[in-house]
Formats: sequence, structure tokens, C-alpha cells
Amino acid sequence: MLARLMVAEHLEPAIRRPETFTGAPEFLKDHTLSLDTPFFTDQVKVVLANSGHIVPESIDDYIADGGYDAWQRVVTSMTPQDVIREITESGLRGRGGGGFPTGKKWELTAQVQNEEKFIICNGDEGDPGAYMDRSILEGNPHAVIEGMLIAGFAIGATSGWFYVRAEYPLAVERLDKALKAARRYNLLGKDILGTGRDLDLEIRLGAGAFVCGEETALIASIEGKRGSPTPRPPYPSVKGLWGMPSCVNNVETLANVPTIMNRGGAWFASMGTETSKGTKVFALTGKVKHSGLIEVPMGISLKRIVESIGGGTSTGKKIKAVQTGGPSGGVIPEKEMDLPVCYDHLKKVGSIMGSGGMIVMDEDDDMVDIAKFYLGFTVDESCGKCAPCRIGGKQLLLLLEKIADGKAVEEDIEDLKRLAVSMKKASLCGLGQTAPNPVLSTLNFFLDEYQARLTTKEALAEKDKA
Amino acid sequence: MSTQASVRMNKVADKAGTEPDVVAAVRKWKSKRGSLIMVLHEIQNARGYVPRDVALYLSRELDVPLARIYEALTFYHYFKLEPPGKAIISVCTGTACYLKGSQALVDEFARETGAPVGGSTEDKLFHLQCVRCVGCCGLAPVAIVNGKTYGKLTPPDIKKIVHEWREHFAGDAPEEKTTE
Repeated sequence: MLARLMVAEHLEPAIRRPETFTGAPEFLKDHTLSLDTPFFTDQVKVVLANSGHIVPESIDDYIADGGYDAWQRVVTSMTPQDVIREITESGLRGRGGGGFPTGKKWELTAQVQNEEKFIICNGDEGDPGAYMDRSILEGNPHAVIEGMLIAGFAIGATSGWFYVRAEYPLAVERLDKALKAARRYNLLGKDILGTGRDLDLEIRLGAGAFVCGEETALIASIEGKRGSPTPRPPYPSVKGLWGMPSCVNNVETLANVPTIMNRGGAWFASMGTETSKGTKVFALTGKVKHSGLIEVPMGISLKRIVESIGGGTSTGKKIKAVQTGGPSGGVIPEKEMDLPVCYDHLKKVGSIMGSGGMIVMDEDDDMVDIAKFYLGFTVDESCGKCAPCRIGGKQLLLLLEKIADGKAVEEDIEDLKRLAVSMKKASLCGLGQTAPNPVLSTLNFFLDEYQARLTTKEALAEKDKA
Repeated sequence: MSTQASVRMNKVADKAGTEPDVVAAVRKWKSKRGSLIMVLHEIQNARGYVPRDVALYLSRELDVPLARIYEALTFYHYFKLEPPGKAIISVCTGTACYLKGSQALVDEFARETGAPVGGSTEDKLFHLQCVRCVGCCGLAPVAIVNGKTYGKLTPPDIKKIVHEWREHFAGDAPEEKTTE
């Protein structure tokens, strides 16, 4: 329990312990929460099950808890087809935001015959307001390594690459230590566990570019180039890193794999909704009482996450909206909060699952300003390769500024909509295709806030004269 | 390129090649694939920026055109081309921090230190930068100075932090001019 308290570094004080309680160390005194509160009881932990319970820097701790059992079984007695079948049955979908079925992705890469093939772990978590991957890599690096080894085995990879943000030094350090320990135990490297198979994993660092979370840009970055995406097809499964077939999976996706192999695809598929299986880790932040990292079964309602787990707003004011998916997502207004959280439903209301950022906003938050904030981010992070994103984004931002400054007229809203839709359709990669989402979803649900800022041509002309 | 210019560039690169950290970084990564950004990280971490003479040396040793090196250096936010100040103030402007008023912190830091956003003070003591999410949104708004994290900040806290770091570097001699 203490271990769980130790990871609860981000909890708001909710229930004060009686004076006699001595379980928590001094520095955590004001940051403890009783374990029987909904913050804990409403969560279902699969990916984070061991985080905080095992020493992340000790491979023995991980092994003692059943770690690397799955890998050992896979590498000694299973075929790649067996593994892919199990993952396909589990219904696991990419946790980086895209939601592509993981089993399908592995199958596509496995089908391609080539001398060299790569498995790549995407740890370039650039969404501001999200830190799931950092916490997984820091809390349980071996689970990600094991997942990656299994994935590598399934697709027939000859080597594997971790791409991790340089802004996460502790995650990199722990991952590096974990790789060394696993190599020492012959769980990776040459002649793994005496099977004659070779598979080694290496770390490459990001250098601060949001667009590198996009798989083709990530590949360019590992190659030492600027992180510009390339048009797909060819997909990385055919032509990826150094032109070889590659499979890019998110940290959380891979961390799910060992548990699925241990408990079976059917078990995993028993959680969640029709199309979204298992659990999802979210970084619940913003104006919520208990902010922090949470893991919930897919299909849970947004309301339950915010009000029960999160304990409502921290300000005591009414919730206005919840933002998911970061700069690529949208806002979900209070009236839509009974919505079950899964890939398809979120998309239906104009947002996305995203990598797992979930930001609670209260009545004081200004939606035009929020849209401007996100767009400012994506404009800054656009790599500039394709015109719809480079120019479209800038023009959208200028329009938003005009509205925020009270200098826009009714037609500007139409322009805003038209431009946002064309940018979505014409951009080369996910960054540009999703960048207008915050604008479109705020326009959809909070049009009144935009309209309240509008002026008329006559008033503008009047001002010019003055 | 004229022969003269090429000789001059070679000379600059030679000089960088006598520095042990640079040589070690190249030796460590030269034979590996996907190493350019890793080498640049080593230089950036050791020096606080990537000097031009080192870039010239890397270009020659790794057999990567200088333009390719600068393509990477200027694209990624992490690399600096100029030496920053001693105390690097990174104010998080991720969404959670933004909602909780990080802009006011940036303004206050700029006022207290005199450093422009994205730049250093004249005496090279402070460098002020806005950064993307640092991944501890529960502590929002957050600022990091030379690796030390300050959470749940309000503008009145800034004065104390700036003072703390002024004191920290008070005994140091003024920054020497870096040689080209």
C-alpha cells in the first residue's frame, strides 16, 4: 500500500488521515488518499498492475511476479502465427491514438519476406497533458521490453528500436538498465534462452518534435533526418526504417501484450465494448480534484471518470467540458458526458481517443482561447512539408486571433469552418489531418462563445473612421 | 567551396577533434546505425549547445554533409546552437499548465530575470524557455530550473526561485566568452 502511495505523487489531498496514521512518509502527508475511495476502486489495472508494486530497476522483482514467463513460452514453444492469433483474438487496438488493430498490424508485417525487419516502440509522447507512456516506462520497463520481444518474434524482426522522448531522462535511464539486465539473463541478444534465435533492442532518443509521434516521421528521425512524414502507402510494414519492413507500436500497446499472452486473448476481450477491448490508461488532469494517472475499462462513462474517480472539479465550479486527444482531439461538452469511452464513440462526437490525455475544464475556461492554444501548438509543431498544414494552420490561427480580439464578422466563422475541413482532408499526415479538430469541436458545441465575440462590418468601418 | 575555405574548415574540425568528449562520442556511435541524433545529444548534454566546430568535425568523421547535420539541429527543439545561460528556466506550457496560468509565470520570470523568452540574459546567468508538457500535469503549473522541479506555482513564488538561483551562482566568475 505504501508503494501505491509513493506513486500517488500527483494526488490532491482528499481525505485527511487521522493524526495517528503513520503509514505514509512525511513528505506525502498531504497527498494521500484512502484506498477505498472511488479513485482506486473504480479503476481496473492491467497495464499499471505492477507499477508501484515492483522495483522498476530490478529484473528479479519483475520475474518473481511472473515476468518474462510469456516471453519464455513464446520463444520456446510457440509459432509467430500462434502469437498473432492470440493478439487478434484479444481485440487489442493501438493505444497511441490511431486505434489500428494490433494483431492485424503484426500480421501485415509478418507476411512481408525480407532479410531484415524491425520492431519499433513509439515512446514519443508529445501530447501536452499526457504522461501515460512515461509512467509505464518508469514504473515497469520490463513489461514494455517483454511486449516488444513478443511483437518482434511475431513479425520476425531482426532487431528492435525504442524511440523515447529525450525529455524523459528517468524513463530512458530505467529502460537502459532494464535492457542491460535482460541481456544479462539472455532474454534478449544472441541465442535467446538457448533457442538459437537472435533479437536485440536498442534505444534512440527523440529531440523535441511533436510530429515524430507520427510513424513515418519517427522513422525518419531514427535515421537521423528531420522528422518529416512521408506519404503512405508504402506503409512501414512494407517499407519502413532504412527501407525495411517495420512495425511501429505504442508503449502502452506493447505493455498490454505480456498479460494478454499469460491470461489469453479471450480474457482481454471480455473487458470493454464491442469494438474497444481491454483497459485504457488516461492522464486525468486540468481542473479536477484528484488528478493523476488512471486505468479504466473501455466503455466506462466519461461522467464516472470525472465525477467518481476524479472527484469532480477542483474549483467547485460546474464542469464545462472534457478534452481528450490533446491537440488532435476535441472537447466533449458536459451534456455528452454519459458517453462510453471507446474509440468509436469519441470519434462520433468529434474527438478522438488519442494517446490518453484527459483534461477537465470548468465554467471559467474560454473555448475560443482553448482552440487557439491547441492550434498555436500544432502550427508551431507542423513540419512544414505540406502546404495544407503549413499554410492552412497559420491562416486558421490568424482567424481565431481575429475572433478572440473581437475583430471578426459572421463570414469569418464560415471561413474558419471551410478552412478547417479542407485542412483535415488535404494534409499529408495525422498532425495536419487532426489539427483542426479542436476548432471544429468547439465550433460545434460552443458556437455561442464564438458568436459572442463577433462584430459587424459597420462597426468595424466605424472604428476605422475614429 | 574554394580550397582555402576547405582548408580552414578542416583546421577548425581538427581542433574540435582534439577534445576528448567529442572524440569519445564519435567513437561510441560511429559504427552504429541511426546514430546522428544520438551523437548530437551527447554533445548537447555535455556542452549545453552544439558548437559549429564540433558540427564540422562530426560531418567529417561520420561522413554526413554539414547541411544534413544542421537540418537536424535546426529542426529539433532540443538542440541549441548558442551557449545558454547557466540557470536554464523551463516553464511548462502544456495544456494543464496553460489552463492553470503558466503564461503569468512566463511573464513573471521574464520580468524578474530580464531574459527574453527563448533567450538569455546579458550576463548569461539565466536562460528562459517555454517547453512542452514535462509530464507531471498533476503538479501544474510547473517550472524546471536546471533539473529541479517547482510545482503548483503562483506568480509570487517566482521572485524566490530567481533569488535562489542568483545566490547559487553568486560565487562563480562571470561567464567567459566562448571561443569560436
